Amino acid sequence: MLKIKDLHASVEDKEILKGINLEVKAGEVHAIMGPNGSGKSTLASVIAGKEEFEVTQGSVELNGEDLDEVSPEERAHKGVFLSFQYPVEIPGVSVTNFMKTAINESRKAKGLEDMPAKDMLKLIREKSELLEIDRKFLSRSLNEGFSGGEKKRNEIFQMAMLEPKIAILDETDSGLDIDALRIVASGVNKLKSKDNAVILITHYQRLLEYIVPDFVHVLHNGKIVKSGGKELALELEEKGYDWLKQETAV
Amino acid sequence: MDLKDKLISSFMAFENNVDVEHPVHDVRMAAIKNFEEKGFPSKKEEAWKYTSLNNLQKIDFSIFPKEDNALEYKDVKRYFLHEIDSYKIVFVDGIYSSYLSETTHDGVDICLMSSALTKPMYKQVIDVYFNKIASKDESLTSLNTAFSREGAYIYIPKNKMPKKPIEILHFSTGNEASLLLQPRNLIVVEENAEVQIIERHQSLTSNEVLTNAVTEIFAAKSAIVDFYKIQNDAATASLIDNTYIDQKDKSVVRLHTFSFGGKLTRNNLNFYQNGEYIDSTMKGVTILGEKQHVDHHTLVHHIEPNCESHQDYKGIYGDSSTGVFNGKIIVDKIAQKTNAFQQNNNILISDKASINTKPQLEIFADDVKCSHGCTIGQLDEDAMFYLQSRGIPEKEARALLMYAFANNVLTSVRIPELKTRINKLIAKKLGVNLGFDL
Repeated sequence: MLKIKDLHASVEDKEILKGINLEVKAGEVHAIMGPNGSGKSTLASVIAGKEEFEVTQGSVELNGEDLDEVSPEERAHKGVFLSFQYPVEIPGVSVTNFMKTAINESRKAKGLEDMPAKDMLKLIREKSELLEIDRKFLSRSLNEGFSGGEKKRNEIFQMAMLEPKIAILDETDSGLDIDALRIVASGVNKLKSKDNAVILITHYQRLLEYIVPDFVHVLHNGKIVKSGGKELALELEEKGYDWLKQETAV
Repeated sequence: MDLKDKLISSFMAFENNVDVEHPVHDVRMAAIKNFEEKGFPSKKEEAWKYTSLNNLQKIDFSIFPKEDNALEYKDVKRYFLHEIDSYKIVFVDGIYSSYLSETTHDGVDICLMSSALTKPMYKQVIDVYFNKIASKDESLTSLNTAFSREGAYIYIPKNKMPKKPIEILHFSTGNEASLLLQPRNLIVVEENAEVQIIERHQSLTSNEVLTNAVTEIFAAKSAIVDFYKIQNDAATASLIDNTYIDQKDKSVVRLHTFSFGGKLTRNNLNFYQNGEYIDSTMKGVTILGEKQHVDHHTLVHHIEPNCESHQDYKGIYGDSSTGVFNGKIIVDKIAQKTNAFQQNNNILISDKASINTKPQLEIFADDVKCSHGCTIGQLDEDAMFYLQSRGIPEKEARALLMYAFANNVLTSVRIPELKTRINKLIAKKLGVNLGFDL
C-alpha cells in the first residue's frame, strides 16, 4: 500500500530524513519509535505532504502512485490521514461543521454529491459513540480550549469519519491519561481492517500494549536503524535508546 | 466654491428653517464658528495622517435633499434585521420615514431628534445631555452639531428595557447626484436601564454619499448598552462616524463595529469613564477589498479608579485596501486599579493592501494593568496544513481560517440572529462556501 524508498527530506537545507525505506501493506500496523529529534514527526509530515519539507531524494508511493507532486488535500482524498501531535485550534468552526466540510470536499473531489444531512448526522452519531464523545463536544469550536486528551480523541474521531486507507498517528498517546488512552486505542482497533493500515509514531511502549504492532522500527538520526517484531518495543523500553546510539555510532 | 464655504453659507439657509429662540441655537452657532476656524482636517494633523478627505471635498455635495424620497419596504427589507421584531427609526436621504419606522413612547422614548429638539416635553433631557459629551473642539463634530436637526432620539428611563432591539437605518436613494448627510443621535440610558441598538448606513445607488454622523451615548449607573454598527455600504459611500460615550458607575457599554464596505470610513470612537467599576468594550471586524479604506480611531479615557476597558479589533485586507487602527488609552493619575486591554490583529491577503496600526498609551497612575498588542501577518501555515490534510482544498482552507480569525470577535454579540447575519456577511465577504449552515 505505502512504499517509501530511500527517502531524503530537508527543511531549510538541513537534511532531516536521510534515506528511509519502509513498506506498509494493507492490514498491517507499524510502530515507529525513536528518540527526540530523530525525524519521526518529519516522516509523518512528509507522507501527509507538508510543503515546508523538501523531498530531495527517493519517493513515497501510495498504491503504486508517486505522491511527490500531490497536494496534502489530494493525498487526503486518496486515503492518507495524519493524526497531529499538536492539532490546530479553529475558533468559530464547530467540530461537526468542520467534519461536514472535510467529508463533502473529499466527496466533491471524487465527483460525488454532498452527503445528505441525515446520513451525515447518523455517521457523526455512530463515530462519536465509538470514541465515547459527548454530543455537546461536537458543537464546540474545533480544538479551541480542548484538553490534550480531548484534542487527541477528536483526531481519532476525524479518522473514524474520514475512513482513511493509511493512518499515521503522530504521538497520539502523549498527553493522554490511561482512560483516554484506552478509549483512543480501542477506537483505532475497531477501525482497523484488512484493507487499511496504521503507522504509530510513539516514544513509549505503553500505547503498543493497546494497539499491537506487526512491526516496530527504530528511527535514529533520519534513518531506520533497526526493525523487528513487537518484542523490539519492549527491548527499547527496557534499555532506552542509548545503546542504539552507541551501536549506530560504531 | 469649496465644500467648506458651501457649508458655511448653507448654514444661513439652515438657520431660516429652525427655531432660533431654542437654546440649541447658541450651540449650533458656536459649532459653526469652530468649524469655520478649523475647516476639514488635513493629513498634516497626526490624527488624520493616513486618511485624506481631499477628494471628498472636491465633490459638489447637496447639503439638503430636495424632496421627500419614498422607499418600498420590500426593496430595502434585506437591510433590516427582519428575522426578529424590532423598533425602527428610518431615514431616507436624511428625512424621517414614518412609513418604514416603528417608534414608541410606551415607557421609553424611541423617536426622533427633530421632535426632541423642538418639543417642550423633551427640553429637560436636551438641556442636560445634548452636545454635552461630544467634542466642541473637533471640527467635523462641530460641523455636525451646527447642522444637527435629525437623527435618532432614544431615552430609556430608570430600570426600563425596551421590549425589543432598536434599529437605526439611514438610506440614501441616489436621487441627488451627491449628497451630504449629517445625522445626529442622542441615546440616554438611565440608571439600571438597558438597550440594544443596531445602526446601519446604506446607499442604494452608485451616487456619491458622504455621511458625517455624531452619536452621543450616556450610560448612567449600572446601565447596559449594546451598540452594533454595520458598515457594509456601496463603493461610492463614505462615512465619518463620531461616537461619544459617557459612562457612570458600574455601567457596561459594548460597542461592535463591523466594517465590510464603503469607500472611506472613519470611526472616531470615544469612551469617557466618569465613574467607578465601569466596563467598556470595543470590538471590530474589518474585511476590506478593492480600494476601500477604513480608519478606526479609538479613545478610552480612564478618569476614575477600578474600571476596565477591552478592545479587540481584527482586520483582513485584500486587493488595494488600506486600514488604520489607532487606539489611545489615557489613564488619569487618580484612576488606580485600571485594567485596560487592547488587541489589534491583521491579516494582509494581498501585496498591495496595507494597514497602519498604532497603540497610544498615556498612563499616569502606577497601579494599573494595561496590555496592548498588534500583529500584522499572513495565515498560519501549520493551520493551513492541518485543514488541507483533512481534504479541504487550499482556497477553501484559507477562507475557513480567515473566517475563524474574524469570527472570534463575535462571541460578545448578544442578539443571536444578528450574530448569524454577521457570520454570513463575513463568509460572503471572504467568498467562503463554508459547506454548512451557520
